[in-house]
Amino acid sequence: MSATTVTLPATPRVTLRLVLWGAVLALALIPLLNQLPESSALHVGDFIVSVTGKWITYAILALAIDLAWGYTGILSLGHGAFFALGGYAMGMHLMRLIGPRGAYGHPVLPDFMVFLGYQELPWYWLGFNFFPYAFLMALFIPGLLALIVGYLAFRSRITGVYLSILTQALTYALMLAFFRNDMGFGGNNGFTDFKELLGMALNTPLARAMLFYASLVALVGSYWVCQRVSISKLGRVLLAIRDAESRVRFLGYSTTQVKLFVFVLSAVLAGLAGALYVPQVGIINPGEFSPGNSIEAVIWVAVGGRGTLIGAVLGAFSVNALKTWLTTAAPDLWLFALGGLFVAVTLFLPRGLVGLFSRKVQK
Amino acid sequence: MKRHLSGFLPFLLLCCLAFAPARAQDAFTTALPGLAGSFGQIAEAVEKLGTSADPRALPLLQALQDGRLLKREDGTLLIQTAAGTTEVLGGSATEAGTAEAVRVNNRVRGALRGALGSLQILSTDPDERLKAAEAVFRSRSADNIRPLETALSRETVPAIRTQLELSLAASRLASPDNAVRLQGVAALAEVTDQNARALLLETKAQVPDLARQIDAAVAKIEGRLRVRQVVETLFQGLSLGSVLLLAALGLAVTFGVMGVINMAHGEMVMLGAYATYMVQEACRGTFLAPVALPLAIPAAFLLAAAVGAVLERGLIRYLYGRPLETLLMTFGVGMILQQAVRLIFGAQNREVTSPAWMQGVMTLPGGLQLTQNRVWIIVFGLLVLGLVVAAIRYTRFGLEMRAVVQNRRIAATMGIRTGRVDALTFAFGSGIAGMAGVALSQIDNVSPNLGTGYIIDSFMVVVFGGVGSLAGTLVGALMLGVVNKAMEPYAGAVLAKVVVLVGIMLFIQRRPRGMFALKGRAAEA
Amino acid sequence: MTSHTILYLDDVSVVFDGFRALNNLSLFVDQGELRAIIGPNGAGKTTMMDVITGKTRPTGGTVKFRDTDLTLLDEAAIATMGIGRKFQKPTVFDALTVFENLELALKAPRGPMACLRWVLAGEARRRIEETLEEIGLTARAQDRAAILSHGQRQWLEIGMLLMQDPELLLVDEPVAGMTDQETEHTAALLRRIAGTRSVVVVEHDLEFVRALDCKVTVMCEGSVLSEGTIDQVQHDPRVIEVYLGR
Repeated sequence: MSATTVTLPATPRVTLRLVLWGAVLALALIPLLNQLPESSALHVGDFIVSVTGKWITYAILALAIDLAWGYTGILSLGHGAFFALGGYAMGMHLMRLIGPRGAYGHPVLPDFMVFLGYQELPWYWLGFNFFPYAFLMALFIPGLLALIVGYLAFRSRITGVYLSILTQALTYALMLAFFRNDMGFGGNNGFTDFKELLGMALNTPLARAMLFYASLVALVGSYWVCQRVSISKLGRVLLAIRDAESRVRFLGYSTTQVKLFVFVLSAVLAGLAGALYVPQVGIINPGEFSPGNSIEAVIWVAVGGRGTLIGAVLGAFSVNALKTWLTTAAPDLWLFALGGLFVAVTLFLPRGLVGLFSRKVQK
Repeated sequence: MKRHLSGFLPFLLLCCLAFAPARAQDAFTTALPGLAGSFGQIAEAVEKLGTSADPRALPLLQALQDGRLLKREDGTLLIQTAAGTTEVLGGSATEAGTAEAVRVNNRVRGALRGALGSLQILSTDPDERLKAAEAVFRSRSADNIRPLETALSRETVPAIRTQLELSLAASRLASPDNAVRLQGVAALAEVTDQNARALLLETKAQVPDLARQIDAAVAKIEGRLRVRQVVETLFQGLSLGSVLLLAALGLAVTFGVMGVINMAHGEMVMLGAYATYMVQEACRGTFLAPVALPLAIPAAFLLAAAVGAVLERGLIRYLYGRPLETLLMTFGVGMILQQAVRLIFGAQNREVTSPAWMQGVMTLPGGLQLTQNRVWIIVFGLLVLGLVVAAIRYTRFGLEMRAVVQNRRIAATMGIRTGRVDALTFAFGSGIAGMAGVALSQIDNVSPNLGTGYIIDSFMVVVFGGVGSLAGTLVGALMLGVVNKAMEPYAGAVLAKVVVLVGIMLFIQRRPRGMFALKGRAAEA
Repeated sequence: MTSHTILYLDDVSVVFDGFRALNNLSLFVDQGELRAIIGPNGAGKTTMMDVITGKTRPTGGTVKFRDTDLTLLDEAAIATMGIGRKFQKPTVFDALTVFENLELALKAPRGPMACLRWVLAGEARRRIEETLEEIGLTARAQDRAAILSHGQRQWLEIGMLLMQDPELLLVDEPVAGMTDQETEHTAALLRRIAGTRSVVVVEHDLEFVRALDCKVTVMCEGSVLSEGTIDQVQHDPRVIEVYLGR
């Protein structure tokens, strides 16, 4: 694998920072513009707000994947699992908040449990009615899973495609498991029909705007964390591991530890993204674990330009914008387009959109 | 000689068909007048009819049992049904008029029961015989012992014989005589059947005297049932394993030998299944229809191999040495192939029917039942494995392939066109996947996402068995199949799969290079 | 084993699929010693390095660094104990600059959190600049390693080895691809280092070995064939037979 970091000269770097903050501000305006009367030329529809809010969480997921893949060379095809686990943790909280408003009107048990004949809440559901606990779990559970899987994999030096297959099998296994009713996570249907979060009714413009801003803050925060890692010496160790892992080991770095650190951090970010995603789309089901989702997220990063943080974010937004447009304009073509992106990016654009851009800058 | 026979056989058959009904008619017509006589005569007539094997005897005796058999003053017999009244002889419709029902007493009733049972048991239709034998097993009456013995002496179809023996033993258990019961117990002890076990336990509760003998018999049955259970699980496991083997063999070539990770492998399998469907449709209604499936094998191979060759020459070769990129790119290709097939053939499942010789169930001694198509798939899987081994070991192509894999540059200097070998190897691996698709079309839905269900499992097989080792692929596939099936009764199919996946993850902890790992300096690199 | 033996290999064997890459090899290196190892291809020189640095587990025998059993440790642990290795094929990190390559090698806490918090302080910067001077790459400090020439990569790797500040240096064919002048410079550098540290050099170039002016070990078929000064081993009939006899 060749070097893919893009080091820009000083002037463009300042420009880049301006562009970035400009983009954040532009995004921040979206919910405000949504408040304008519909007659206004600047009015932005509800659909744009909800779809952009969703893309922001995707961008966080893309950052997480980029940190592992673009910087460290760990191509995880199971990051969708961390995303989904974060989503399920938040979903459990939202289910608990429905309370007696469910179709069966049970004071404690969610509808699906009443339907399946549960007598009481399973132990692992306890505590999820407290937001701080649920939020912590949305980060902790993906992190813990990444710690276990990463420890087992990195310790026995499973790298490259083997790791990819392993992580894909992991998310596949989780998908099968979550499809089961007796897991206590709603089986096939997952969780939906959420009512409120932190005292806000979810279907109001206010809740939408708040979730949007929460996601935006999380994106900026995640970007900052990833940047902090990438410009530190740790970031250089990561690049070194990506390009010549065994050499790094002979320098005395425990690559197992370093990779584990990055993998867990990445999983936690993915979990955060999932936790923000679920209340915005209003549903989570085992389909989120499907291996196709994870690999689709990888292609966002590839399209934007791996090994650069801005590329990951750019890729998440642009591919999903294309998807949103194409799945309504020509639904049959979307899978061709996505498949074509996989082929085109790997063959012709290994540095992604950012590679195209920086080549122009250097001219 | 052969030609003579082939002309003679139909003639013989014709004779049988011509004479058999004539003889039966005699027995039927001669017995009929007895039904109009005294109870003694009726009972005799019933017994005669019971052994007549005439198709008309059965409705007649059923009518007698139900009180729907009428008799006129002149002795003419009529059958009354919901649709009306007909004469027994001649079958013409008529009015019941003053005719009254033929009455029966206990003796006649006994004769009737036996005659009815044996009529059904002796029916010329094997299906009906089997049904009757099963019914007798359920009714369990000592009265059935004699007709069952008669039927057993004539029966030639093994499956029905087994059922008859079972029913006979069951009827004996119902006998008031302990000696006869013991005969039944002894017979049932030799049967490997859940029902026999249940029946014996029931009898034990009713006849405590025989508890010891019955317990011994039950223990015998249970021992054999356990063995059968193990063998059945093994068979199911091997069957699943051979499916995995078929799906993984192609990967063993493209990934194991070439090191190219092809995520579109599942789509090659899918293409093979659609090739099978197309061949079947093309042959439909022609004389080729019965052999459509064998014809589909080369068709599937060629289609998948052609797509594979184009994929390798057109795309994959530009990414050699970049496995992660290859993985992503081929995943995209898989998506495109799936969507293309979905647009051409539609998203719904296409039906591929099994030819008659693959349908049905094979019964082995001990009552073991194997589905024919599963047996064929095991055979097919082993054949394809043999083909791959032979192609790699004994052909010029295999030699060049191994040479290129071991040292590309030196192979090139020896005049091997490495590019061509790459393309052929990849096409070969893809073609094998296509053949796997033929097999899968027999047991799974032919749909655009047929392959996705198998791709992860196949990779697991290759990684578990040891990359680059065909023996590893074989053992890995069969082991995963058997373990999966062995766990199903305890954990359920889905959980079994999850456990196996987790198990493999833990296994590669201990042996990161799989069971049949290559060792030495080459593997260190 | 004397008190100042730093590296101790006794009766070490490595078997790959029946092929004995090392065959009851025994070798002792003293503190501060400079040792050259020569031998024909396939003599097991690189395998020996692999065993010492934890890349390959020996099938049998004892490998000790001072009093620590090296066979129980992994590469990273062995490296942090103070054993540095330069590879036959120079391996530097192409995506990083020359300066960053040296910074990574610099002796400092190696944990992920420590790396995250790491700030390049004056002392460390001075050491890196000194080393840049030593290996003649000061002018190229901010260039990416990917664009260095083969000889420069060799130097960079030697520089990285120095930054690690190891007690024992294992140097595999350091002068391949170097000019005569560079070769001389390297020999002088290694001789200078050897005063305070132990250095084991594997080399084919007999002129270079002569320039090192140290004890020479000749390996053949996985074990030690002969040991002594360069003149002694050059006149050893067994060595002559191995090098010329066939």
